[in-house]
Amino acid sequence: MIQVNNLSKSYNGTTVLKLDHLEIKKGESFGLVGNNGAGKTTFFSLLLDLIQPNSGKINNNNVIVSESENWKSFTASFLDESFLIGYLTPEEYFYFIGDLRGQNKADVDALLKKHEEFFNGEILNSKKYIRDFSKGNQKKVGIIATLIGNPEVVILDEPFANLDPTTQFRLKKIIKDLADNPDVTVLVSSHDLLHTVEVSNRIVALHKGEIVKDIQTSAETLRELEAFFAV
Amino acid sequence: MIKKFLMLEWKAFFRSASFAKNLALKILMIFGAIYFAVMFVGLAFLAYYGLEDNFPDPLHVINKYLIYYFVMDLVIRLLLQKIPVMNIRPLLTLPIKASTIVNFSLGKTYLSFFNMVHGFLFVPFSIILLVEGYDILSVILWHLSITALLYINNFLNILLNNKDNLFIIGFVVLAAFGLSQYYQLFDVTEYTVFFFDGLFHTKWMFLIPIVVLVGLYYITFNYFKSNLYLDAGLASKHDIAKTENLTWLNQFGVLGTFLKNDIKLIKRNKRSKTTVIMSVLFLFYGLLFFSGGIESYDNPVMYMFAGVFVSGGFLITFGQFVPSWDSAYYPLMMTQNISYRNYLSSKWWLMVIATGVTTVLASFYLYFGLHIYLMIVVGAIYNIGVNSHLVLLGGAYTKTPIDLASSKGAFGDKKAYNVKTLLISLPQLLVPMGVYALGHYLISPNMGLVFVALAGILGFAFKNKAFTLIERIYKSEKYATLESYKQKTA
Repeated sequence: MIQVNNLSKSYNGTTVLKLDHLEIKKGESFGLVGNNGAGKTTFFSLLLDLIQPNSGKINNNNVIVSESENWKSFTASFLDESFLIGYLTPEEYFYFIGDLRGQNKADVDALLKKHEEFFNGEILNSKKYIRDFSKGNQKKVGIIATLIGNPEVVILDEPFANLDPTTQFRLKKIIKDLADNPDVTVLVSSHDLLHTVEVSNRIVALHKGEIVKDIQTSAETLRELEAFFAV
Repeated sequence: MIKKFLMLEWKAFFRSASFAKNLALKILMIFGAIYFAVMFVGLAFLAYYGLEDNFPDPLHVINKYLIYYFVMDLVIRLLLQKIPVMNIRPLLTLPIKASTIVNFSLGKTYLSFFNMVHGFLFVPFSIILLVEGYDILSVILWHLSITALLYINNFLNILLNNKDNLFIIGFVVLAAFGLSQYYQLFDVTEYTVFFFDGLFHTKWMFLIPIVVLVGLYYITFNYFKSNLYLDAGLASKHDIAKTENLTWLNQFGVLGTFLKNDIKLIKRNKRSKTTVIMSVLFLFYGLLFFSGGIESYDNPVMYMFAGVFVSGGFLITFGQFVPSWDSAYYPLMMTQNISYRNYLSSKWWLMVIATGVTTVLASFYLYFGLHIYLMIVVGAIYNIGVNSHLVLLGGAYTKTPIDLASSKGAFGDKKAYNVKTLLISLPQLLVPMGVYALGHYLISPNMGLVFVALAGILGFAFKNKAFTLIERIYKSEKYATLESYKQKTA
């Protein structure tokens, strides 16, 4: 689904990301772990053509992201609050995204209904604009919005951060459900090794912009990762 | 401590995104400030020597009309003067006295342009008074009182800053006084002149403004100090939200999707609401020209200037900042399946609709004759045909992020509209003025109208070309724009 070749990104001479080769297969649930500054968000931003690489290319479902915009129709993402429109209510935001992804109101309503539990009664009909929600509730809105329109690639940056324990638990279920669909490729980054191991069937660890581990998830994975990061 | 604060301010100023990236704009603003300063000094001379010929005591005439000056000053302040905000939140838990924080925040306003600019008028004027042999002590006391009154306005603006749309009331009061005086129903200056004359003639009266000023300072100080809490003065105001579907816009397809969003953007954000209010004020700007009240404005070419301005208020104030209006969620826009053309079309249609509505509203200018109104109509045609593309083109290079959420409470950045906007937009008015002058002086006034209309229609014919060009700029500027929008504070 996604091929990365000779990708590098540097700021003022400091290389922050250098991936010689990385291939993410269709239907894979891909977890990206690493410390601050490891290059997780940089990689996602490159994948979404929000920043330009210094070298190399990313191929998303046969679309070279820096050359064509066709990847936008099948890729959904939530990196941070700048993916939310603060002056809309959550419903308006969902319908807006739905409109852009060719979904009518009924389609969106059906999806929202399905995730009612995840919202925990705090999001819909709350008479608040998104800008007035807490960070955690904003995140809920952003995450569910990525599911609108059945995207083939879903990219979530730090989805577990700021969420309360119950919601983290529910989010894991949502991501696992997505991962079970062989047509959907899920990319998740996190600082939390345990969460990532639970939802991903492949984990890549980045350190200072380079891949230091690339493992298929097994019973041993968590211990292996913990051993690596416990320095 | 003050030294440390000053250091923070210095860094905030020189490290801000707009300073680093927009030096040209800063220079333009400095020129603007110099222009105003020179105008004011000139006004001081004009005020004395201009009046001297017809009135034995120019000071008395000035005193008579000073009330308008002060009310106008307050209205302008309410509309334009930003309350300089230090980033206060991080200071609250540091070992700094609350009174120091408040005093510094207030102290910053003393040096604001809106206080300084009056000095350029009143200092020369007072010097002229002294030169012309007015009593030295009286002049000094009068000057002191006027300065105190201006600072009273300064504090009033700070205190009233939370009350939305108050300046409209001020504007109405001003208009009511002016009209009733013009039609000789009620002359407010008859009464206020005693006060202002008294400031000069009665030695102790200067104490009145001084005492009021000191009182206001204490009120403001205490108000700020007691509101220096995260859930009081520094709290965010939460609006009650209502989901609006605006389904009637669905018939316009993708364009409708964007229009829906833009309408909500304008309705729900302070910053954009101010823009709309400003464009309503622009509607009345033409009165200054067409009424023939100001001599230097009283010629056909200046009329054309006003003609474009009257209908173009929204276009200029809003269009200028496309796509900055969407700066807070630009990464979202860049990752969704959006065509730039639809995005631009939506903004373009908004401007066209607003221009159309203003042109209809401006029909009261028919009072000044059909030719004047036709000037406004061709101005609108020119706005739609040419200026709409020009502002979008300019906007494509504007990389100043806009903070839409300006509802941050007493210390928040409440003032969205600023002088910059006015300064950038001047060139867009010069072309229609030139075109009109060509037709007017070479052939006939009506040909001037035809010329401007033709220029507008010609521009309209190039709409697709213009959009393609703007689209290309959007694409090539994409990464740089994303990068600068990341810096939230403009």
